[in-house]
Amino acid sequence: MESIWIINLKTIFKSGAVMKRIALLFFISLLSIVLSSCGYNSLQIQEEGVFKAWADVESTLQRRADLIPNLVETVKGYAKHEQETLQAVIDARSKASSVQIAAKDLNNPAVMQQFQAAQGGLTAALSKLMVVVERYPDLKANQNFLDLQNQLEGTENRINVARQRYNTAVSSFNGAIRRFPQNLTNKFLLHLERKEYFKAEEGAKAVPKVTF
Amino acid sequence: MVAVQKVLKRGLLTVILSMTVLFFQVDPLAALEVPSLGRRVNDTAQMLSVQTRADLETLLTGFEATDSTQIVVLTIPSLEGEVLEEYSLRVVEAWKIGQKGFDNGALLLIARDERKLRIEVGYGLEGSLTDLVAGRIIGGVIVPRFKEGNYDQGIRDGVTAMVAAVKGEFVASAANTKAVNDSDPAGLIFLLIFGFSFIGRVLHKKKKVAAVAGGISAPVLGLMFLPQLGFWLLAMIPLGALAGLFVSSLSAGSGGGFYAGGGSFGRSSGGFGGGFSGGGGGFGGGGASGGW
Repeated sequence: MESIWIINLKTIFKSGAVMKRIALLFFISLLSIVLSSCGYNSLQIQEEGVFKAWADVESTLQRRADLIPNLVETVKGYAKHEQETLQAVIDARSKASSVQIAAKDLNNPAVMQQFQAAQGGLTAALSKLMVVVERYPDLKANQNFLDLQNQLEGTENRINVARQRYNTAVSSFNGAIRRFPQNLTNKFLLHLERKEYFKAEEGAKAVPKVTF
Repeated sequence: MVAVQKVLKRGLLTVILSMTVLFFQVDPLAALEVPSLGRRVNDTAQMLSVQTRADLETLLTGFEATDSTQIVVLTIPSLEGEVLEEYSLRVVEAWKIGQKGFDNGALLLIARDERKLRIEVGYGLEGSLTDLVAGRIIGGVIVPRFKEGNYDQGIRDGVTAMVAAVKGEFVASAANTKAVNDSDPAGLIFLLIFGFSFIGRVLHKKKKVAAVAGGISAPVLGLMFLPQLGFWLLAMIPLGALAGLFVSSLSAGSGGGFYAGGGSFGRSSGGFGGGFSGGGGGFGGGGASGGW
């Protein structure tokens, strides 16, 4: 296999001067590859991508928080006996709103853990509320409630999409800063840190139990 | 001399190896395949009459001509265990409905056997075709007809309602109906000009050598700047060889003519075939789901 290539090359490049030129060409192209793949630019672009994806996560979460007061108000009118469930939603909302992450803290596991727990608490409280309202046929027929339910479902879906995209951005960034030769660029020049994933909480995925 | 040969040998082997890896790169297997987008009404589940299909096709083609907004219908026989919302997003991410930069695309997806449907809304239409409006179109317009078993009328009315909701949001113009190529070619062109003038100087009038050098360097350059081309990079070998021949026949030192030779590398491979294709619109999970 190798010898075939050499023979072919020999027949093509007859003189040594040409060989030297080829070698020089090869060296230049190798150099340009090394320069463009050191990742000084691409790492920073990827980190910026992580920040942007995180901004999308935050805005979808904010969208959910904005829907809640209206939802609580509507449910209250029909389900007066569910004060406890409603209060849990209100508390979880204010707790979730109080925990925020600045872009520079995305590499801090403890802060991310706190954020996830707060948002997960709100998700759990909301899904419990949506189960409870099944007991109130009047409420379920209310147009205002149906609209809110629509918006809430849409928002939960957006949160999922934004979270998955954020995690994809994080995984490609974390991979990039560990891959050779970008890891050297990062170690000596950029000092970017790996980012934390935004995981779906186990509690949020499980269907809440209904106790009668 | 021997050392040079060794370098060359290794270099060639590396190139060949990397090409082989590229060629056999396989996409991760997805659970349910996204059908290819060829028209606006994709009735793979055979739920619509020929007449309805033709009418909707005409309506949506006309709507894109005036508003540039792309609305697409897809019916599938079954989700095969996939989550409706996830599949729907996969479809629009693959099809990229809507114009690039305007994100004015929407999809009406119907899963026949699961009796579920979803309207997926692009970023640009979220202001008018909100989750709420989409939910009302599903619950108030489509589902009642579907419950009667009248899929033709349900989809007709649903699409009409979607069009009505987003009408006037965008106006078709030359700027937004023509997809913009987003790969930044400045670096590539600079390198090509530099590289070709260098090659031209070194290999002046040595056509075979220049052709070989071009054939090797074109896919390598392509790999650096447009890795998404995948195995299309192989097509750059003859292109590069031709370009090498071209530059070696030019007189060394004149940089002006090299640009023309390099221009062909920047082209992306999308969009041929003549049929309908998405314009590059983005989606963020907006819309609503329902069932009947």
